[in-house]
Amino acid sequence: MKITVVVRQIPDLIEPLEIDSSGTAFDLGSASFIVNESDDHALEQAILLKEAGGATVSVVALDFGDIDNTLYTAAAKGADRIIKIALADETPPPPRAAAALYAKAIQPLSPDLVLIGVQAHDELDGGLSPFLAAALGLPYVGVICGVKPGAEQGTISVCKEFPGAVMARLNVKLPVVLGIVGAEQPPRYVPVARVRAAMKTTQFEEQEAATAAVGPAVSICRLYPPASGSHAEMLAGSEDEVAARIAEILAQKGLVK
Amino acid sequence: MATVEAPRGLELLEQLGKTNDGKSPLGCMQCGLCAASCPLGEAMKFPPRKLILQAAAGNLDKVLADPSLWMCVACYTCSLRCPRGIELTDGLWPALRDAAMQQGFQPPAELQETFQNVFKYGNMLGRSPRQRMEWAKDLDVRVLDLSKEPRPVDVLWLVGCYPSYYPRNQPVARAFARLLTQLGVTWGVLGAQEKAMGECDRMAGEEGLFETLVEANRKVLDKQDFRKLVVLDPHAFRALQKFYPRYGAWYPVQHYTTFLAERLEQLKPLIARPVEAVVTYHDNCCVGRRCSCYDPPRSLLQLIPGVKLVEMARNRDNALCCGGGGGGMWLDSHIVAQGGTRLSDLRVAQAAATGADTLAVSCPYELARFEDAAKVAGVEGRLKVRDIIELLAECMDLGERNVS
Repeated sequence: MKITVVVRQIPDLIEPLEIDSSGTAFDLGSASFIVNESDDHALEQAILLKEAGGATVSVVALDFGDIDNTLYTAAAKGADRIIKIALADETPPPPRAAAALYAKAIQPLSPDLVLIGVQAHDELDGGLSPFLAAALGLPYVGVICGVKPGAEQGTISVCKEFPGAVMARLNVKLPVVLGIVGAEQPPRYVPVARVRAAMKTTQFEEQEAATAAVGPAVSICRLYPPASGSHAEMLAGSEDEVAARIAEILAQKGLVK
Repeated sequence: MATVEAPRGLELLEQLGKTNDGKSPLGCMQCGLCAASCPLGEAMKFPPRKLILQAAAGNLDKVLADPSLWMCVACYTCSLRCPRGIELTDGLWPALRDAAMQQGFQPPAELQETFQNVFKYGNMLGRSPRQRMEWAKDLDVRVLDLSKEPRPVDVLWLVGCYPSYYPRNQPVARAFARLLTQLGVTWGVLGAQEKAMGECDRMAGEEGLFETLVEANRKVLDKQDFRKLVVLDPHAFRALQKFYPRYGAWYPVQHYTTFLAERLEQLKPLIARPVEAVVTYHDNCCVGRRCSCYDPPRSLLQLIPGVKLVEMARNRDNALCCGGGGGGMWLDSHIVAQGGTRLSDLRVAQAAATGADTLAVSCPYELARFEDAAKVAGVEGRLKVRDIIELLAECMDLGERNVS
């Protein structure tokens, strides 16, 4: 089975994001980047499938942020091919346009299974995972929390979440794009020595920058920092005074009589 | 001629015998003193003696897969008591943990997260490197950030991750800044360029991460002009004293207790008032048991008028570890799940049994560990945990303005 995994870099919220002088974008020059968590799960799921029965795993990523470290880590975990797509602009395009870039790199690989995180916090005009399926002309199943080899040839067994804490195990025909929430196990830790070894031996397959025309796109008129609403009221005084005040507030809100 | 392939465990032990970490583990005579001395040995399926036995017998995978591999907290008791001089703590445990991870065995989850934090952010707390100077915000003495204003200094102070970021430790860092200033030495810090020294990562088996940190820290330190490094963290001291030189990175380094104890005469005139306290001191493992440095911290405590120093039954080379070394800071839940005890809980009970009202420490990990343990033991109200720096700062009026 040929598996392709998409991994993305997203701004690391360890740093406060700042709006740049244009007022319509974040100042990504002062941000740091991390791998999108659900993409990391998608990679883990791919490696688990490889370990379960002879798949090859290709990782596709846009050349952005701290992607090299992420890709070397993917190689250290067991990814077989690493494809890095150069960007025409300084920052990655929003999901619909990005889907076209990924699809162009993924199509020649003719994968049986495409795994991608079901969401990322920087998805401006919708989720990348279903857009990618559409761009590849493949069916899509999202919100997947575990993938196992299928019982029959040409299928894969997925665990899909539904609202109301309902989980279903579905047999899905390949090829398919799966939007991953979580892998069968948490992403593994690979020791730094193995990542460093991968840095010395891994060759990235680099793809030229391209632009994708996807028709009308979302444009940002203005970004605002979250406005602070009403503040917390700190209750001071003795236990009895605080208790009386809490009772008063609850009564005012109509929560108790 | 047929060749017999040596068991991988034996190879590993042979390799360890060639390093300068004590004598070869192959000289182990299975006396069991290590296992009997280990404060967590009873909860380990493979205490040190059995680790060696199993590895030598070719059962390395059994050892590497077992949860007890992640129970050593690097207290050095076994190493110092081994009659054959085998360096179990610096040598055997990290090597086996490294081998385990290389073969794909997963370390406990909290430790993984710590490794990732150190790799990505250069600190174990997972905080932004840019916020490393947070502790010095609005400080009433000048902190020279050598990463921005490089210049020759007497002391390059490596503040450490916990004193830089952790709210309970930040006042200790601020007090030490005031103390350094009062002593009249020229001093500076590395600011946003400072990273963890990596001792705990190395002891927890992440030699590759340690190597990465050594490379990064060397680049930064080699650009600076200083007479000596001073550290608050005994683990950083141990790293710089013992493990950095293996990579050719040698720097003169002192733990703050030694640095200050050499300046008792300069400290005396700074004393403004007594601190009425019955104090018991916890010897940390890296500077204490491992380096036999027991008197400097005590000489600092005895300098403070009003302090009555009492000793715990287990002190100096026989002190019980706080359980935070060797990655233990992030292994509590693993150790407890495996039937072990948090050593900090036991140690706090020992401190309380002396009748002391203050447990003095000299390691950044211990404030959090012992304060938490004091809550668990129900002695929170009658046993304060304070860094020696905090006690000195109080008697010299150099502490936080809002601390009584």
